[in-house]
Amino acid sequence: MSSKQRLTVVPSRMTLQQVKAKLAGAKKGHSMLKKKSDALLVRFRAILSDILRNKEAAGEESREAMLALALAKYAFGDELKHVVIENVDDASMKVKMSPDNVAGVTIPVFSKFGARVTDADGNDSAGKGTASLAGLSKGGQQIGDARTAFADTLDLLVKLASLQTSFIILDEAIKLTNRRVNALENVVKPRLENTISYVLSELDEMEREEFFRLKLIQNKKEKARLAEQGEKLKEERKLALTGFDPAKFAGDDASKPSIIDAHTGADPDLLF
Amino acid sequence: MAGRRQLKSREGGFLIAVIGDEDTTTGFLLAGVGDNQPSHGSNFFVVDPKHTPVQAIEEAFNKFTEREDIAIILINQYIADKIRTTVTRFNAPVPAILEIPSKEHPYDPSKDGILQRVRGMLGSA
Repeated sequence: MSSKQRLTVVPSRMTLQQVKAKLAGAKKGHSMLKKKSDALLVRFRAILSDILRNKEAAGEESREAMLALALAKYAFGDELKHVVIENVDDASMKVKMSPDNVAGVTIPVFSKFGARVTDADGNDSAGKGTASLAGLSKGGQQIGDARTAFADTLDLLVKLASLQTSFIILDEAIKLTNRRVNALENVVKPRLENTISYVLSELDEMEREEFFRLKLIQNKKEKARLAEQGEKLKEERKLALTGFDPAKFAGDDASKPSIIDAHTGADPDLLF
Repeated sequence: MAGRRQLKSREGGFLIAVIGDEDTTTGFLLAGVGDNQPSHGSNFFVVDPKHTPVQAIEEAFNKFTEREDIAIILINQYIADKIRTTVTRFNAPVPAILEIPSKEHPYDPSKDGILQRVRGMLGSA
């Protein structure tokens, strides 16, 4: 177990508690991020198929628009594009962006706003710029048609743009979330678990050491006590085995004169 | 994250930029997306497939992507092919790059970068 796979901590009960709390947090975060990732994925899948469908539709739609434009060009004359391009000043068709929220990820939803071209005659409220061009000269009907066709295409394209933007953002967000999930699962959690087992083993080891030390001291004390006792017993045994030793007393007997001697000078009871 | 700053909505809305040949541009300008302010310049770029140099297209593309009031860029697919590396390199969510077919060039889904990714994911998913 290298230090890379576990945190460098002092093995103690307190650290154990702290690391355990961290592990609980990591587990919670992991499950929550996993849920987020799932939620994003559900939305993502929906968007994927939507994009495919809309792309095809947009292709169709723009082909029709091109046809309408060709008709308009035919009716108006080839200078139509110059007239249109030169007369641009203010956009009557814009998009606005409203945020949408998927599992905490903000994705923009575009929607068209501004003057919607409604009728084929070009009598719309924009009244400015390109809108007023239509009907100036011949071919107003065709130009109106072309404009409607392009506006319809634009509708689809704006929808597609929202989808595409969501696609990119969600893709990014899913990758990020998955990266976090994997990091928690494969790095943070094992590291914390390793730390916990390390602290536990270290604590066990310390406990064993402590127990051993206790036993050792107990043994020593016991031994010392026994030795003392044995010594005492030996002494007593020696005393018991040697029995009475007059010599032991002779010393103090001989050192001073007998009381009898002091009185009689000779022992009257002495028979021989 | 790139593009995150643009996610807030803007007063007055966003513009749709067009990079395309004359017909495509004309059509969308007819629909009313055109904008030509003296302060910003126009939001469309007409490409003459024979005479416009690739560098000019790239320049226009970069200019549009940097503008904060543009949310969507419509670009003809065959023009996007000419500056494919630039288009691919640009991967911020906003503005959204939409590749559209043109009159002479029908839509080819296999060239669209986004669609390729979509297909790849659907295939693998």
